[in-house]
Amino acid sequence: MAIDTGSSTTSMISLRGLSKTFDKTIHAVRDFDLEIAEGEVVVIVGPSGSGKSTVLRCINLLEVPTEGFVTVDGYELTEVKTDLDHVRAEVGMVFQQFNLFPHLTVLQNITLAQRKVRGRGKAEAEEEAVRQLVRVGIPEKADAYPRQLSGGQQQRVAIARSLAMDPKVMLFDEPTSALDPEMVKEVLDVMLELASEGMTMVVVTHEMGFAKAAADRLVFIDEGEIVEVGLPEEVFSNPAHERTRAFFDKILY
Amino acid sequence: MDSDATTASPTRRKRDAGRVSDERPWWDTFPWWGVVIAAILIWMAVQIVQNDDYNLAWTRIYPGLRITVRTTFQAFGIALFIGLVIGIGQISRNLVVRNLSRIYVEFIRGIPILPLIFVMALIVVPWAQERLGYRIGFEMRATVTLALIYGAYMAEIFRGGIQSIPPGQTEAGRSLGLTGRQTMRSVVLPQAMRAIIPPLGNDFIAVLKDTSLLSVLGVLEITQKTRQFSASTFKFREGYFVVAFTYLCLTLGLSILLGVLERRMTRDRKGER
Repeated sequence: MAIDTGSSTTSMISLRGLSKTFDKTIHAVRDFDLEIAEGEVVVIVGPSGSGKSTVLRCINLLEVPTEGFVTVDGYELTEVKTDLDHVRAEVGMVFQQFNLFPHLTVLQNITLAQRKVRGRGKAEAEEEAVRQLVRVGIPEKADAYPRQLSGGQQQRVAIARSLAMDPKVMLFDEPTSALDPEMVKEVLDVMLELASEGMTMVVVTHEMGFAKAAADRLVFIDEGEIVEVGLPEEVFSNPAHERTRAFFDKILY
Repeated sequence: MDSDATTASPTRRKRDAGRVSDERPWWDTFPWWGVVIAAILIWMAVQIVQNDDYNLAWTRIYPGLRITVRTTFQAFGIALFIGLVIGIGQISRNLVVRNLSRIYVEFIRGIPILPLIFVMALIVVPWAQERLGYRIGFEMRATVTLALIYGAYMAEIFRGGIQSIPPGQTEAGRSLGLTGRQTMRSVVLPQAMRAIIPPLGNDFIAVLKDTSLLSVLGVLEITQKTRQFSASTFKFREGYFVVAFTYLCLTLGLSILLGVLERRMTRDRKGER
């Protein structure tokens, strides 16, 4: 297979022929192609076990693809010579379970990577951390420990932690799925604002309201394959495939 | 705290009302065992001070205390280092490192300490000495052997502690651009320490006790001092009475310290909530 360098110059994220197989028999992702432009917001939906999280985790190589190519901002991640740590610093990731560092305060959570990876000084990193905390609306929690925060607050800190690294891309892996219902909105609001500021975002979520409000494209995947891609409204109201229709019949009411 | 008159009536009322409270009376939770042990230790100390034979045994044995304490700290310190390296090695992604670490742990854990000390001190070290060209004293041989053994035990503690941290923590660190080593140092290890410190404390006490095995190589720690004293004076009862007292004071003192440390750590954890 020839490496097509031409397409990667226009895309922020480029997935070509991506496949991921677990234990040689479970095909989580099959021959997946997706080009995501700079500033684009793409929402990935699909039934549980359809491989949407695996696709997302392949974008920063938390999951190593079995086959195919992943290019982010011109860096070919699947190339052995690429410095993964360098590229990962440019790709923010927000997890379903927040994954804040419980032994560190909110401020320390946000300054750790800034100082170790970006080489910023203490004062500079803290200033940036406070700026991001203001952005997600909880500057007063800087000295709290993650345990002392609600789920929604923890997730907002996780977003701030990623944003403090000035990422070019933000990945969200079901960011509201572990939250109590009353906290979903505060996290989605932060994400909506981020989208409106032009951040390139790939979001795996079941929040169709968010998809409608923010997504440039909706990607429906099932059994590791793209079934349908389109504008959110179009895919919701007029799905082209039976599998898509069946899925939305189950989740939309 | 309370006089008999005031405690008596609420207790009776509680019983009358049925089992409404799971509050236990003070005498149920009081550490009676501690009182008994303290009493025994005090009785032993009085014996040693008052009885001339016991006193003689003490004066002959306690000079070994320095070596006991010194070898304990040295062996534990080296073992700590070995344990950390081998423990991380066991979960390394490098095939050779991982398997070598595993072989080390399985090998050492499979042989009792006493024969291992003999093998090291009487076979391995003399063989190495010939090649290195300088002499290694018996105390050093034995200390290093103890360190090698406890290093293997501690490797398992470190490995378990590290593996008890959810993989999401490593993923979060790596996705922020931290290297594997930075993630281990700043994210995983500090959290693993909570799980690691209590069993390490137990191993510290175990190392202290096992320094008694150094006596088989003639190292003049307190057990060897006792053997010499008893053999030359035939005062076995006095000798071993004193050495038992000395070990008890050391180990019980240490476990009280560890208990305080552990309680402080769990209190911090509750305080965060």
